[in-house]
Parts: sequence; structure tokens; C-alpha cells
Amino acid sequence: MAEKGSLAVIELVRSIGHRVNSSVQRLGFAARFFVMILVYSGQSFRRLHLTIREIYFSGFQSLLIILVSGLFIGMVLGMQGYETLQRYGSSEALGVLVALSLTRELGPVVSALLFASRAGSSITAEIGLMKATEQLTAMDMMAVNPIARVVAPRFWGGVISMPLLAALFSAIGVFGGYLVGVVLIGVDEGAFWSQMQGSVDFRFDVWNGIVKSFVFGVAVSLIAVFEGYDATPTAEGVSSSIKRTVVYSALAILALDFVLTSFMFRGL
Amino acid sequence: MSRKLLDLWVGFFVVIGIAALLFLALRVGNLSSANFAETYPLIAKFDNIGGLKVRGPVKSAGVVVGRVADIRFDPQTYEALVTLTIDGRYQFPKDTFASILTAGLLGEQYVGLDAGGDDKMLKPGDVFAKTQSAVVLEKLIGQFMFNKAAEGTEPK
Amino acid sequence: MPADSLVKISDINFAYDDRDILKGINMDIPRGKLVAIMGNSGCGKTTLLRLIGGQLRPTRGTLLVDGESVPDMNHRELYDMRRRMGMLFQFGALFTDISVYDNVAYLMREHTNLPEELIHDMVLMKLNAVGLRGAHHLMPSELSGGMARRVALARAIALDPMLIMYDEPFAGLDPISMGVIGQLIRTLNDALGATTLLVTHDVQEALLIVDYVYFVSDGQIVAQGTPDEIRASSDPFVHQFVFGEADGPVHFHYPAVPFQQELLRGGARG
Repeated sequence: MAEKGSLAVIELVRSIGHRVNSSVQRLGFAARFFVMILVYSGQSFRRLHLTIREIYFSGFQSLLIILVSGLFIGMVLGMQGYETLQRYGSSEALGVLVALSLTRELGPVVSALLFASRAGSSITAEIGLMKATEQLTAMDMMAVNPIARVVAPRFWGGVISMPLLAALFSAIGVFGGYLVGVVLIGVDEGAFWSQMQGSVDFRFDVWNGIVKSFVFGVAVSLIAVFEGYDATPTAEGVSSSIKRTVVYSALAILALDFVLTSFMFRGL
Repeated sequence: MSRKLLDLWVGFFVVIGIAALLFLALRVGNLSSANFAETYPLIAKFDNIGGLKVRGPVKSAGVVVGRVADIRFDPQTYEALVTLTIDGRYQFPKDTFASILTAGLLGEQYVGLDAGGDDKMLKPGDVFAKTQSAVVLEKLIGQFMFNKAAEGTEPK
Repeated sequence: MPADSLVKISDINFAYDDRDILKGINMDIPRGKLVAIMGNSGCGKTTLLRLIGGQLRPTRGTLLVDGESVPDMNHRELYDMRRRMGMLFQFGALFTDISVYDNVAYLMREHTNLPEELIHDMVLMKLNAVGLRGAHHLMPSELSGGMARRVALARAIALDPMLIMYDEPFAGLDPISMGVIGQLIRTLNDALGATTLLVTHDVQEALLIVDYVYFVSDGQIVAQGTPDEIRASSDPFVHQFVFGEADGPVHFHYPAVPFQQELLRGGARG
């Protein structure tokens, strides 16, 4: 009995070791993959239409979900914010609350999460299916580098789209807050905008939000193209890669957000 | 989809994205008003800065004329060295009075400048001659209670 | 065998992790000829094509293509060599997001600076050669299996390669499409003056068109010869393969303990 127990423990330790080993290996592969993308980016920028195409697929086609979610989140912020602020008699600060929470946090984070599930998953699916149907191998055999031709444009398409989507998300969110706060509830319009302008600093709040969304864009796009490229070339393999893209992206976004926030807004 | 149409949509996407950025910068943020083209530094020494923070506003007659650029502790004099960046359009006399004030009862703290009557103006890097520290609520209450206690004992 | 061979393979070994896939293969593919490599599934035929294309490196042995050693090439040299190769993948591997026309034009746009009008003419010429000029506007998803294979063939010969490699071109096709593809492989080889390497397990179809056959089993060459020699061969493996017998040197059963024994053991456990 005891022997069986100790065997189980050894087996557990062994499986943990195996998991650590393989994840470190994957991490190393991902890092090398990132370097390769950067190395072959020159080639793909010379064919700009490839990247433009990917901006269309990951950026333009995410517009609807980004705008609708941004609008609703802004409206909810307006409602909840008013509810809380009016208890302290400072409902004029509603604009500040809506704008700061959107530009600093919600804009970059929520739009990156949406982007990961809308565009990131489809990038993974696309590349994974190309791999499963031997299209990537075929490309390589035809002396066309798949990283330059397929991976790098998708990566850059995502990196370029992400900050624009985050800005759109924040902007429409502020508009949503305005709709609920000013138009619906009747907060003073002048106070709404002027307090907002007085408290939101471009460099500090807006710019930091853009920097965040850029970092998230790099992370999500890298995870998406890597999971696609690394997918097991079967139907289940691709579907579990898509799942990993969404899960890892979400975790990466939230963890990076914590790190970036603590650097950007520390001690202030 | 033809390449021309695709380019058009991507162009549209980039344009509205940049428009959103401009909206955030100019309408939501303060890039239009508070970003001074030319600034010069002035230094104020305070015994106590209270809750003053870097990037806090510097106001004169209620108008924002600059920002707090840096706060440091001076180990020689045990004072706080506060560097203010002032909009280059505004000059202040030598005997301007710098004080730390609070917006509203519990609002954020800012530096208020009360212009004096001197003919000479403060030059970049100059130090304010007269300052008034932040009012610390605990000290105020302590003082008030001490006075009250003193009042109570005197008539006896 | 003539001395002038385009691909020369001597004593090639290849292993995945600890599993030996190829064990000492020797092969000569003369210029202008159509050579088939046959064998049962999983015997390392596709691996051999990957080795020739430089996508895999052998663990031992020399591999010359057009007099140059493939395993010693760097990335750029490999790509230069691959431009002179055409390869047809098992299921075509057409790019699914672009049309038939763009698939065939892909390599011309990628590797040449030809004007679009010239590319247009060349694409239609290649598509005409495989009989699908009328289908140039379709998307790959709208094609039948046989048509997709023909489009992939047109793409493989887009830049008039010196070596065309086919990986199971007959897999999953109906008999008519099979015959069409087989004839195309032969005529294209002769018309282009190319050399063709055909990997397949469709013996009957392949024997009709090829010049020479290698039989691979378990990572080794077990028989070789011209189609006539193969048909006349008394080798038990070749006989089993050519006539599609269920049991012979290649066993029907995956290695296992005798069935009776397993049943008895199962009964004891229950």
C-alpha cells in the first residue's frame, strides 16, 4: 500500500517535471518564433498589400463588436457611475470617471480581450488549417517562406489594428457615457466635458492607454500566430490551438495589464 | 473582394481609428489646453506639501498656469523642493507668494500663486521667496483643541 | 542506369527521434525519366520526398540534386534549388483563400517580375494543359477532388521545373480522374523535358506510365526494375503488392500475441 502511494507521488512529480519541461520548451520556441517574425518582416512589408489585407480581416472586421461593446460599456459606466457619484453630490465628475476608466483600463483591456476572441482565434484557425492541409509545407517547398508570407503579415495586421480598435472603443465608450449621463439622466453637459478635460491628461492617461493596447496587440497577435503555426495538423489539434489562443491571450492581457499599470501609475 | 475595395475599407478603418485618437486627445484629454508650448521652471520650498502630487496643477487667480514637475526632499534644510513648470506666456513678480491649497474641502491639492507688486520678474530657475505650506487637517484640529484648552484654563 | 542522373541518393538513413524511417536507401533518378517509388503506407516514401526537397535532413548518407548536396545547403541555396522543383502534395494543398487562377499565378508573381499580361497568358496556358482553363475563376472549395489535383499540378509546373515530385497523386480519386492524372503526369514530363518522381501505392496506375520502379518496404529498397520486369517478377513482396493480396511478406495483422492466448488471458481475468 505504502509502496503504491510512493509510486503515485513519484509519478506525480514526474508528470509535473514533464509539464514544466515541455512548457519551457514551448516558451523558448515561441521566443525564437518571435525573432523569426521580426527577421522576415522586411520581406512582408515590401508586399504591403499582404499586411493591409490582414488589417482588413483583423481590424476592420472587428469594428462591429468593438463599437457595440464600447458603446454599451460606456453606457453602463455612465449609469453606475452616476448612481455612485450622486450619493456624494459630485455627479458632475461623471465625465472624469467614465473617461479615466475607459482610457486607462477598460478601453485597452476589454478591446484586447474582444480582439483575442474575434481576430486572434480566427488567425489561429486560419494558420492551423493551412498547416493541416499542407499549405504551409507546400509554400515552403515552393521557395516561399511561410513566416514571411503568412505569419508576419497577420502579426503586423494585429499589432497595427489593436491600438486603433482600443482608441475607437474608448472614444465610443465616452460617447456612450455622455448619452446616458447627459442626454438621459441630465448631468450638466458643460461640467461633464470640462471636468473630463481638466482631469484627463493626454500623455499620462490617453497615451499610456495607447501604449498598453500596443503591448496587448503584440502579445495577442504573437500568441495567435504561434498557436496556429504550432498546431497539431488535425481537426482536434486546430480546435485545441484556438482554445489555447483565447485562454493564453486573456491571461497574458490581464497579467501584462497589471505589470504595465504598476509601472505607469505607480506612486501617483 | 477586389484589392481596391479592400484598400478602401482599411483606409476607412485607419481614418476613423485616428479620428478616435484625436477625439481622445483633444476632446477627452487636455492636449488642446494644458500642453504648454514653452515653459520655464520655478522652484518653491515648502515645510510641508501635504498631499501635493507630481502633475498637479499650478493656478493663479484660478487659471491653470503650469504643472508640478518634480517633488524632492532637501536633506540640508529638511524642506520639500517643488519644481514647477510655468507656461512661458506668463511672468510673475519677484515677490510672488506660492501656497499649497486644496480644491474644495477634500479635493486635490494644487499650488496657488499670488502675484506681488515687485517690478522685477522671476527668472527661470528662481526660488520663491515666500511660501505657505499645506494645511494639514490633524495639525489644524490639534491646534484648535490646544487653543480651546488654553481658553478654558485662563479665567481661573 | 545511365550515368547522368538528376537525383542521386546513396546510403541515406533517417530517423525520427529513435524510430528509424529509412535504412540505407540507394537510388538514381536519371534525367528525363519518370520514376516511381512504391510501397505500403508508412514505409517512408513521403519522407524520401521531404529529404530531396531539403525539408528534412538525413541522419547519414549523401543526397545530390543536379550535382549539389542538398543536406549541406543553407537556407538561401535551398530556396534557389526549390524554385527549380515542383511538388504536388497528397491532397493538392491549394491555397484555399485565393482563386484557381491566383493559385497558378502565385509562383510567377512570387518569383518573377513578369508583367501581369504575360502572367495571364502563362496561367491560362498551364491551366489549358491540365484541361481546366474554363475553371480559372473558381475557388478551390468549388472544385472536385480530381479537379483540385489537376489545378495543383498546373501550379507545380508553373515555373517549368526541372524536377517534379508527386506525393500520392492518385489518392482518393475515382478511376476516371486517376487515368486523367496518370496521363497528365506522363505527357507533362515529356513535354516539359522534366524529370519526374512519383510516390504512390497505386501500382496498376503507376505501372502504366513510369519508366522505372523502386519498391520500398520498412525503410529499405526491396525490389526495383522497369514495369515489365516488375510484372514478371517472382519476388513474393512484389507479387503481393502488384496483385494486392491481403497476406504475404507484408502481414495483415499488426504484431500481437496469438489471439487464442489473449482470449484465454482475458477469460482468466474475468
